[in-house]
Amino acid sequence: MSKNEDYDELETLARRGRWLAISTVAKSGAGHVGGPFSAMDLLIALYFRVMKVDPQNPRWPQRDRFILSKGHSSIGLYTVMALRGFLPVEELKTFDKGNSRLQGHPDVTKLPGLDTSTGSLGQGLSVGLGIALGARLRGEKFHTFVMIGDGELQEGMIWEALHIAPRYKLGNLSAILDWNGLQQFGWVLAINEQHRGDRRDPWSGIDLRGIFERLGWRCLEVNGHDYSQIIPALQSAKASGDSDQPTMIIAHTIKGKGVHFTEGKHEWHSKVATKEELKIIAEELGIEEALV
Amino acid sequence: MRAMRDVWGETLVALGKVNPNVVVLDADLANSTKADKFAKAHPDRFLQMGIAEQNCVGVAVGLASVGYVPWLSSFAIFFTHRAVDSIRMLVAQTHADVKIGGAYAGVLTGATGKTHQDVEDLAIMRAMPNMTVLAPADEVECAAAMRWATDHQGPVYLRLARDVCPDVFDAHYQFSPGTTYFVKPGTDVLLVSTGPQSARCMEAAQLLEPQGISAGVLHLPSIKPLNVEELVRTCEAYKLVITVEEHSVHGGLGALVAEILCEHSPRKVIRFGIKDRWGESAPNEYLLDLFELSPARLSERIKQVLQHTK
Repeated sequence: MSKNEDYDELETLARRGRWLAISTVAKSGAGHVGGPFSAMDLLIALYFRVMKVDPQNPRWPQRDRFILSKGHSSIGLYTVMALRGFLPVEELKTFDKGNSRLQGHPDVTKLPGLDTSTGSLGQGLSVGLGIALGARLRGEKFHTFVMIGDGELQEGMIWEALHIAPRYKLGNLSAILDWNGLQQFGWVLAINEQHRGDRRDPWSGIDLRGIFERLGWRCLEVNGHDYSQIIPALQSAKASGDSDQPTMIIAHTIKGKGVHFTEGKHEWHSKVATKEELKIIAEELGIEEALV
Repeated sequence: MRAMRDVWGETLVALGKVNPNVVVLDADLANSTKADKFAKAHPDRFLQMGIAEQNCVGVAVGLASVGYVPWLSSFAIFFTHRAVDSIRMLVAQTHADVKIGGAYAGVLTGATGKTHQDVEDLAIMRAMPNMTVLAPADEVECAAAMRWATDHQGPVYLRLARDVCPDVFDAHYQFSPGTTYFVKPGTDVLLVSTGPQSARCMEAAQLLEPQGISAGVLHLPSIKPLNVEELVRTCEAYKLVITVEEHSVHGGLGALVAEILCEHSPRKVIRFGIKDRWGESAPNEYLLDLFELSPARLSERIKQVLQHTK
């Protein structure tokens, strides 16, 4: 299989993941879309090409860890976990329905394969830091990945973790910044101000990479929707597990990526697609079974 | 009879010796809390997390997930207030095996005043599902509770005093979660207390004895869980129950006892404690008098209450 064919497979999985996410939210009548879509390609790359995990043995002690700190993108994670075999795809129907393993925000006490509960923003990186620190103390070789959002990056607690992780030289910890430039409501654009979304990027004009590097993180910057950039970056982060620097992968993404009318629209942060919209979405994503 | 912070530090050292999984996370107050004793004895397992309590809590959860037993060390106020959401979501909700040592709880914080006086911790922590909440009275009980907490699988909040706490128990004491301890017999009134305030209640009861008032003292080291039946049974032998706590009267021990008696055996409960007001920086004696928690002030108030209820 050539490289491009390899990515074709991932792109097909990602399209299916986006369809499952948005159609599940539509069925349950609530949930998030924009964040899961911006993170989808990164999640697919992690679960299908980068992380060492065993869906049959989700608590395998030597597994790589993943924490979705931006927990409201849960449906994106559940979808990818379902595609990877951690849970039946059918189970996605139970999302947000009561007595479900698939809570609106990830619950580690309910779904095996999760590494902590998230949903209150800003907390995941600290737990990942603790896992990586524990792995170092124990001499374990697995890697810990934490996905954070740029909206979430406004929480002070993340900066506590950003400060401490390099101090413990945790090369076995990688953060992935899903920098989609939009949050739930945010700030309006000034006249003549141009952003990739319809609201102001919270970090507009701020050299985040420079800040992370000054704090002691090794930074890699990628287009978060291009597997030819995502996969080498994630693999490089993982390969530097024995190094003395944690890695920050700055992934430039588009909120709502994958469907023309959800892209860059803050209102799709959490919005339920109508039947008519779902039809267009299925068509655009090439989901044939949804069109019959 | 030693300062509780010394007992805490020394017990951490001892726990670290018998259990290689015990680690201590400090939020830059180890030389106040006395967790620095652990840093000296087990430097590889002492993790300085800086002045950043929320992250400190999260890191402990990660460490617990790979089999460590983290003890967190900082002032109670910075855990139960500053880092409350991390504790709620990451520790309590996930049932993480994390132990929170809340130092300098109550009003006797070494003259640091309102910012450092945690008189809401019991109210906050007992409201969290999964959380065990302990408030030991003295040296023996503090060490016993710490040993128990380390072996117990799940989150524990330990309310610690800073200073010397008079002995309530002897070396034969055994800690058992939920158990209530009848530490002084008496017939006219029952004082229900927790933490080092129980010793001050015992002293107040002694002051009342020559005046013909017989006060019993029931000590609750375990705010949660609590043996409700045992508490109700003890209270039922008294016409009057007075709760006494170095804590706000809102949501703490007094509220707990009132809630239980209300449902199981309705009777009058009077709550002594901090009444909806801020503290100040002052010597311990001044503060105990100010909040009417010193044995002398306490005995006067009990006498007054008894006169009014006769």
